[in-house]
Amino acid sequence: MPATETRSKAKLSRQQYLDLYYFMRLNREVEETMTKLFRQNKIVGGLYSSLGQEAISVGTAYALEKRDWLAPMIRNIGALLVKGVPPRDIFTQHMAKFTSPTQGKDGTSHFGDLENLHIISPISMLGDLIPVMAGVAMAGRYLGQKIVALTWIGDGGSSTGVFHEGLNFAAVQKAALVLILENNQWAYSTPVRRQVPIENLADRAKAYGIASYIVDGNDVVAVYTATKEAVDRARAGNGPVLIEVKTFRRRGHAQHDPAEYVPANELEYWEKRDPITLYERFLTDEKLLDAKSKKEIETRIATLLEKEREFAENSPMPPPELAATGVYCTGPECHDLQPKWERSIAEVQPPKSSTKNSWPPYVPKADFGAPASPIQFIPAEVPASSNGARAGTATAVPAKMVAKPPMKQLKKSPASSTAASKKPVKKGAR
Amino acid sequence: MAPITFLEAIRQALFEEMAADPRVVVIGEDVSVYGGAFKVTEGLLEKFGWERVIDTPISESAIIGAACGMSYLGLRPVAEMQFIDFIACCFNQLTNFVAKGHYLWNAPAPMVVRGPSGGGVHGGPFHSANPEMYFLHTPGLKIVYPSTPYDAKGLMKASIRDNNPVLFFEHKFLYRRIKEEIPADDYIVPLGKAVVRREGKHLTILSYAAMMHTSLEAADALAKEGIDAEVIDLRTLLPLDEETILQSVKKTNKCLVVHEDTKTGGIAGEIAAILSEKAFHDLDGPLVRVTSLDTPVPYAPTLEEAFLPNAQKVFTAARELAHF
Repeated sequence: MPATETRSKAKLSRQQYLDLYYFMRLNREVEETMTKLFRQNKIVGGLYSSLGQEAISVGTAYALEKRDWLAPMIRNIGALLVKGVPPRDIFTQHMAKFTSPTQGKDGTSHFGDLENLHIISPISMLGDLIPVMAGVAMAGRYLGQKIVALTWIGDGGSSTGVFHEGLNFAAVQKAALVLILENNQWAYSTPVRRQVPIENLADRAKAYGIASYIVDGNDVVAVYTATKEAVDRARAGNGPVLIEVKTFRRRGHAQHDPAEYVPANELEYWEKRDPITLYERFLTDEKLLDAKSKKEIETRIATLLEKEREFAENSPMPPPELAATGVYCTGPECHDLQPKWERSIAEVQPPKSSTKNSWPPYVPKADFGAPASPIQFIPAEVPASSNGARAGTATAVPAKMVAKPPMKQLKKSPASSTAASKKPVKKGAR
Repeated sequence: MAPITFLEAIRQALFEEMAADPRVVVIGEDVSVYGGAFKVTEGLLEKFGWERVIDTPISESAIIGAACGMSYLGLRPVAEMQFIDFIACCFNQLTNFVAKGHYLWNAPAPMVVRGPSGGGVHGGPFHSANPEMYFLHTPGLKIVYPSTPYDAKGLMKASIRDNNPVLFFEHKFLYRRIKEEIPADDYIVPLGKAVVRREGKHLTILSYAAMMHTSLEAADALAKEGIDAEVIDLRTLLPLDEETILQSVKKTNKCLVVHEDTKTGGIAGEIAAILSEKAFHDLDGPLVRVTSLDTPVPYAPTLEEAFLPNAQKVFTAARELAHF
């Protein structure tokens, strides 16, 4: 299979191409190190693998600027590394050490940094972070910061109610939110086709009137390119973007899960499409990476992780008395919560903020039909193929994956027809 | 100053805090042009504009989630639940995410969730709830439930200025039924402090919100029989002012708890446990509870009346306890 099968050329410098490579390798090596620690019984709780999904965590987070915010899921360790989290934080978190960002109060990638890195801690109840990130984006806009909020959801998490609540609210607010729908085709043991009746989860964007992309999640450049476009678009004030990245979860839900329910041929297909192998081939073909620089990167990672792992292993467990502390913020001496204003405060204070107490007049969209009519009736679309027709096709082969241009929000209704007049009249109904 | 209603006191608090602090924004269903279902946010849009008075879809989890996200960037959102019953829709967002943030990852969420609660207005089973105890069991939240206009304003201001998520319950029976003259100057009522509404020596009646007034009414009737009840308004349920409670019970040696919330798992049970642990030898009688029935809030006036505590029920229970 050609390395460039879905590769879109992005305008990146050699260093940026190599950054993407470095972080994918680092992502994988961090997880490999933890797998070893897990087998040595040094990981306190569960361990979740993002093997084969590194291009998504790295490619998306790499499209963000320092000021931007992200809220990861459990398989987005790569995004944390890109954002600037040192590997020791990830090791100490998993090992429940006192030196970890949460001092042992939570594990895995469940930690954040409001002050510097702008990371919001994950929650196991998936979907909850979508409205949280809508609020982050809205607050950023209010404060005059030109920030983008990015978060991830899985194919499984996309079935939650709060996915809808959050995305709908973000859309109606035109919040600078980028939502990465990481479709790894398995929600624990349930395949995506038993979770949702549609082939492309990105289709849901249409219901929210927002732009969407479908991207090959094993192609780091494609992931980066689509995300960069989406981030720029959101930052410019054009509202949220949903990006479906198609990939595959190559390990079980967590270490304890051998995932025998995954068909061998699907696994084999995706192993051949390993994102790091594909990218290495691309870099070699493009003469961006040679054996020497590859070796350098590998040595750099090995040296770093050795040091970080040692730090984590030598760190103490938290003292028991810590358990009873920190439920409440005790006041300004605990946290002095001051927002970073990047606009004049006078703009949001009376009299400047004063407004009329009525809804702004309704302005029909430019591509709507008759401008005088507040509502247009658009003929319902017939799906191209029914779900049943797809059931027999091999799910191992990904749907055509390209970075699509943002979808149009609404189609113009034909001036001379209405939904009612187009409906075929049933004969002999009585 | 002319006396103002309970509702107006809350509105004033929002108004003054928004005027004084550009970090304060209001978010909820129908809060802007319409001014909220009960008109608590009326007039805020005209003064503070669309950016600070934010209407939402009917999505309680999105309201709480977005408010939390805003608080992480340093804002102080006040989120409205159109009826506090609907807070059940965002239970996960509040209890699993917002409340745990400071303890787990050093992320305080300075936000207020407020809404009309309580029965007695024939709102039926989905518009009359007292859901405070679902949240009392959640470390990280604070719970405020005022009974007077003065307290409502002062506690709302303190809640907005607090660095923690505060649930602020507004008993809708009180909204327009009680008036009080309140100071023109800026003041707060600190969270976590109960207040003695009436001094007495024969027994302590602990209550809050609308039942505080019911308890005072009963205390008046008890006084005519020579029973001198001390009535304490808890005001904040989490953290609970144990000191004031214990001080009173150590003086009167008897305790009656009156709450509109249902009986099983109500705060009276928690108070009974505290007294058992910390004032066992001071008690000269059982802790007595006067509460609503363990049922949903029924709709018909005759049924709702049977469901709710009233001054007569408090009086009867208190007299019996006084003579124990």
